[in-house]
Amino acid sequence: MPSTYTPIATQTLGSAATSVTFSSIPQTYTDLVLVIDSIASAGNAVYLQYNGDTGTNYSFTNMQGDGTGAYSARGSTTSEARIGSIGTTRYNSISHIMNYSNATTYKTCISRAARTEVSTWAFVNMWRNTAAITSILIAAGGATFSSGSTFTLYGIKGA
Amino acid sequence: MGVYKLSASGGLKTPRTNYSSFLAGNPPANSYESIATITVGSGGQASAEFTSIPSTYSHLEVRFIGSNATGSNRMRLQINSDTASNYSTHVLIGDGSTVASIAGANTDKIAISAATSGTTSSFVTGVVSILDYANTNKYKTVRTFSGFDNNGNGEIDLNSGSWRNTAAITSLKFFWDTGNVTQYSSFALYGIK
Repeated sequence: MPSTYTPIATQTLGSAATSVTFSSIPQTYTDLVLVIDSIASAGNAVYLQYNGDTGTNYSFTNMQGDGTGAYSARGSTTSEARIGSIGTTRYNSISHIMNYSNATTYKTCISRAARTEVSTWAFVNMWRNTAAITSILIAAGGATFSSGSTFTLYGIKGA
Repeated sequence: MGVYKLSASGGLKTPRTNYSSFLAGNPPANSYESIATITVGSGGQASAEFTSIPSTYSHLEVRFIGSNATGSNRMRLQINSDTASNYSTHVLIGDGSTVASIAGANTDKIAISAATSGTTSSFVTGVVSILDYANTNKYKTVRTFSGFDNNGNGEIDLNSGSWRNTAAITSLKFFWDTGNVTQYSSFALYGIK
């Protein structure tokens, strides 16, 4: 039986970096799953950009619980797809980018993220572009991902 | 004597690969398998239903994207063609400004997705997890993470649902409160061993 849930690539940082990019993503899967485990130099939003698009072609809705309250926020016409918020305590997230190679629909990603002793989040974001996703940049604004941070991209292939 | 890997033509594969037994070198068993995919064509359809689901897995997962032309419309699930009031649901909702919760007891279906925007270019997407779906000693619990965003409106949901029936799940039917599942919607069923 062919593998259905397949690791495509993993990047483990040997030194601090401001961003990580997965490029030349094969178009042979149905969905992508991005798993991040990281500590950063400072607090900032973690975000994705697809295919080098730095335009204001993204938007998001989120939900957050920090032990004090539950919150929801929105960002419209943004220049990135937000998936969480990183800082100097351990952060991890799992993002599902659905039907990423479909060339007829806008691209939607749902993410769950958590940061130790800080908060838990759920995000949905949309990239208003019908192009198939061939590259993903992961960054945290002005913060850097620390050495040892891991970023793994999986492909899930439907029947 | 070593065990050598042969090429597709039957000769020795080079460079030579030695194995310690006849079992080594076999491809690993997959624990996450694709069972079926439904992709909705032109004109849409009333529902997307998986039938004759094999009972050979431990858990099921459905990954979907769906669109509907009617706003404030949630996707629903019925199991094994049960249309009676044997379900219940809880939903945690973030709508971009507030967090809220809704619940439904003794319902005839389970809420699966965030409510739509009514814009067919904006797809609700989600992952549905059904653990121990073939266990005949338990009621069935369904867990979904879903959301949509349409650049100015959107919703992110955590859903749970219960089907008060101990039967093994053999069919899953997805449909909207109102209207068809539109073209380009897709539902992929996976089995986890």
